[in-house]
Parts: sequence; C-alpha cells; structure tokens
Amino acid sequence: MTSPLFQVVKPGLLTSFQDLGRTGYQEFGVVVSGAMDDYALQMANLLVGNDRNEAALEVTLMGPTLKVLEEAVISICGGDLSPTVNGVKAPMWKSFRVKNGDVIEFGRPVEGARAYIALGGGFDLPEIMGSKSTFLKAKLGGLNGRPIERDAILHGTEAGRGTAGRSLHAAEIPRYRKEMVIRVCLGPHLHAFSDSSIQTFLSSIYEVTPQSDRMGYRLKGPRIKHQTSADIISEAIPLGGIQVPANGEPIILMADRQTTGGYTRIATVISTDIPLLAQALPGCLLRFVAIPVEEAQQLYRRRAKLLRVLEMVARSNR
Amino acid sequence: MKPETFPLGDTGIQLLFGNEISEKINQEIRQFADSLRRYPVNGIIEWVPAYTTLTIFYRPDIITYHEICKVLESKYMDLQGGVAEPTSLIYEIPTLYGGESGTDLDFVANYNGITREEVISVHTGQDYLIYMMGFMPGFPYLGGMSPKIAAPRRDNPRAKISAGSVGIAGEQTGIYPIETPGGWQIIGKTPVKLYDPDSKNPILLSSGHYLRFIPISKSEYDEIENAVNSGTFIVKAKKK
Repeated sequence: MTSPLFQVVKPGLLTSFQDLGRTGYQEFGVVVSGAMDDYALQMANLLVGNDRNEAALEVTLMGPTLKVLEEAVISICGGDLSPTVNGVKAPMWKSFRVKNGDVIEFGRPVEGARAYIALGGGFDLPEIMGSKSTFLKAKLGGLNGRPIERDAILHGTEAGRGTAGRSLHAAEIPRYRKEMVIRVCLGPHLHAFSDSSIQTFLSSIYEVTPQSDRMGYRLKGPRIKHQTSADIISEAIPLGGIQVPANGEPIILMADRQTTGGYTRIATVISTDIPLLAQALPGCLLRFVAIPVEEAQQLYRRRAKLLRVLEMVARSNR
Repeated sequence: MKPETFPLGDTGIQLLFGNEISEKINQEIRQFADSLRRYPVNGIIEWVPAYTTLTIFYRPDIITYHEICKVLESKYMDLQGGVAEPTSLIYEIPTLYGGESGTDLDFVANYNGITREEVISVHTGQDYLIYMMGFMPGFPYLGGMSPKIAAPRRDNPRAKISAGSVGIAGEQTGIYPIETPGGWQIIGKTPVKLYDPDSKNPILLSSGHYLRFIPISKSEYDEIENAVNSGTFIVKAKKK
C-alpha cells in the first residue's frame, strides 16, 4: 500500500532521489547516476531497516523543507546540513520517528555537501532499467526525472515502517574536512604524460572549483602537461576517473558522468574515497596519493564486509 | 594481438585490443564481449565495448584484479581456437530527409557542391557499423560515412535538437536518441525511438551491428510515427 508521507514545502537547492545507480546499461550509453556518497546512502538505509540499495533523497547544500503527513521512520546521513524537526536539531546517523504535522527543515551547511534522507520501507517510485535513481540530464528515473518540486507529495510504500532508535558506532561516522587526501590508482594513460607531470599531479594541491556538480569536479592547480596528445580514441570511463584535457586542469568524473569519453586519464580515485569526495565543496583542497590496486581492493573488501555485517544485524532486527 | 590490460581503479579493468579504429578490432572486442555474455564470470557486473577497448567493471570482494586478469587471459586463449562469429544485424532506420526535419540538408549539399538528392543517396547508400554506444543513452557511434557528404559542426550549436534527428559532424553521422542541445548538421529525422526508458528493451541498438538509413516520405513518416506511438511498429532488422 502506498501512502502520502511528505509534502514538499521548499525543494531546496537540488534534492533528488538516488539509489546505488543504474548499472548494467552502460554498454548502451545509459549513465549510471546514483548517490554521490554511496556510503552515507547505504548507512541511511541500513539504519531504518531498508535494503542498502533503496532510493533515498539526496540533499545538496541547502536542504528542503518537508511537512510530514503520516508517521514515518527516517534517518539522515552524510554531510551535516543542520537538519531540524520542528525547529529542534535532528539527530544524524540515527533512525528516528516523525509524526503527522512535523516539519523537517535544513539550515546552514556545517560540514560536507550532501545528506541522505532514507525512509523506512522506502519511497514509492518506479524502477526504470533496474533503478530508481534520477538522471537529471535525460529526465530519467526518480520522481518524473526531476529534482523534487514545491508542493509535490512524496509517497512511501508503507507508513510507519522501519526501526527507530538505531544508530551507528562513532568510529564508522566519517568526518568531512576542507583538506582531503584522496587515494588513487594511476593510469591507464600514463604514456601520455611525462614523469615530471605525474609528479606534479601527485605533489600538488588541487582546489575544487565552483564548476563542479554531480557529473564531475573541475579542479584548479598546477597544470599537468601532456607528452603527446590530450585526446584518445573514445572509451568507457569509470567513476572517479581523473581526465586531463589539453588545458592541463584535471576533472574528476562523478556519478552523472557520461559512459564514454575521449580525454586522457591520469588516475582513478579508489572507490572507498569517492564518498569523501562526494562531500567536497568548492574551495576544498585535494592532495592525491597513489596506491597499488591490491591495496585499494583490500580497502574495498573491508568496507564491503562492514556493510554486510551491518546488513545482517539490520535484517535480524527487522 | 593479445590485449594489454590496465586497472581502472579498484573496480574496473580495461583490455586494449589495438590503437586504431578498424572493423577487425571491433569484431575481436565483440567476440570477447559475447563470450562474457555466454559464459558469465562471477563478480563481473557489466562491460562497455568501445573502438579499441573493452572495459569490464567488477566487484573486488568477489574477484581480485589478479584473478580477473587470469580469467580474462584464459578466455582470450579459448577464443583463439576459432569461434563462430556472433551474428550481425542490419537495422533499417526509416528517415525523412530535408524540410523541417532536416534543416541543414541544404548546407551539407552546398558545402560539398552536390545536390540534396545526392546527399540523400550517398547517406542511404551504405551500411554503417555501430562501433560503440555512448555519449548519451542509445547513441550509436557509426563508422564508415563517405567523405563526400562530410560537413563541419555548426558554429552556433542549437539549444534544442529533437529526438530522432539524423545529423552529420565532420566525417561522422549519427542519430540523437533524446532531445538535447547540439552542433551537428541536421539532415533528416526518424520516427523510430532509439531510446524509450519505459519500454522492456529501452535501447534499440547495440555495438557490433549495422544500421542503414531508408528514405521515406512525409506520409510514411506520419504512418510510422503513429505505429511507434501505439507500440505496433517493429524496426526491420536482417542478417548481414
């Protein structure tokens, strides 16, 4: 049974539904999308007792105002964008109950850039190509392919479902700082760069510019010079790929990246550091450290295990 | 040539089959992708064929980089034994040229010093190999257009190009699957949907197949468009 749970009083800067993305269709050019910070999304879901891949609201910087129409269990994870319920500070990284008439609001961004509101039982949304994620540029998925809009009614699958009062161990709650060390695996187009330009990339500080969005982050910093051409024959591009066009200023490819691209790439951000990057605001300073793929995969496995264990705990308490 | 392998971070691996755009390399990549489809490897999520590369995305909690390298190498060896080539289809794309549907047909004709009819006849006179899909949902990268009808991109890209528009940019031709801004010279339009997110098969085309443009009249266009909208139109595809 679907029930109206929230009324959008103010939509916020950019609030859209995202799950873990639309995989399986990249060979047809379909963009993956999905939550920028997949760690916060999965945690938000586990806290309310959902599957990890359930769609939640991705809130960007200036959050929405939502009026609660029926009792629900929610959690808010990710960046601290000063969430409140009826004017009182709302908990983060913890599931809690909201009642008919409550007003959820966001204030000043304190730390990070994006927060996720998960709903016990999940939002009632159509699955398109296996995903509920919104891809704004193609008006695909989510709620009519758009960010949520003023006066929209957001439906849940089942009112009041989910477990309130569950919280995450402090050690698993990330901090989002203005200066970040981002780990990468070098390649694949190292032949296009000289050793000294690879050194420049690894020893300099790069600033996230305001030309950064769900598609990618443009960085400002010492130019990375090409030895040969900046262009390659078009090929698939991964999440976190760092492409260097002819102007030498790197661009990190994020959730809404195109599936293919024609610029040389110097490195790929490891998947466990993508959630940190997702919380970087313009002005954030990044330093890149290269690690071997084996080490990156160990980090991936450690995180996968943590999520699996929490999922088992969540299921047993359902 | 045995493909070189590169890690793309911790969840991707790229196989590089060569350094130029050729039908032979495309065929090799296609065979490899076909074998991944027929004999799935645990841990592999999806793959993306391109002009010279096959990129595979996988879960390192199921299969490590070194393990996947080994699995892919033995797959490559198996394929050297000679396997049946996967069948290629030729999709027929009915296209209304010129007029409101192809506002730049005159430009392309003038630019090349030929008539509109000659542009249409060259454009419809051959099959185009779909080398890869990308750029936007359902967009085919087509190879093999005749340089006789090549034309530069517009100086001023249009803010809106409707879905189904058939265009030329340099020596490339293509079809816009969704409405988008764009700088291609638009010579025609097809009523066929290359991308239909609500359909069971949301994407019409896939790499390794061919495409042929069939010239149609305005009344045929309207007829096909109606059939497309009522879900009764089936795109003709025959074996190459």
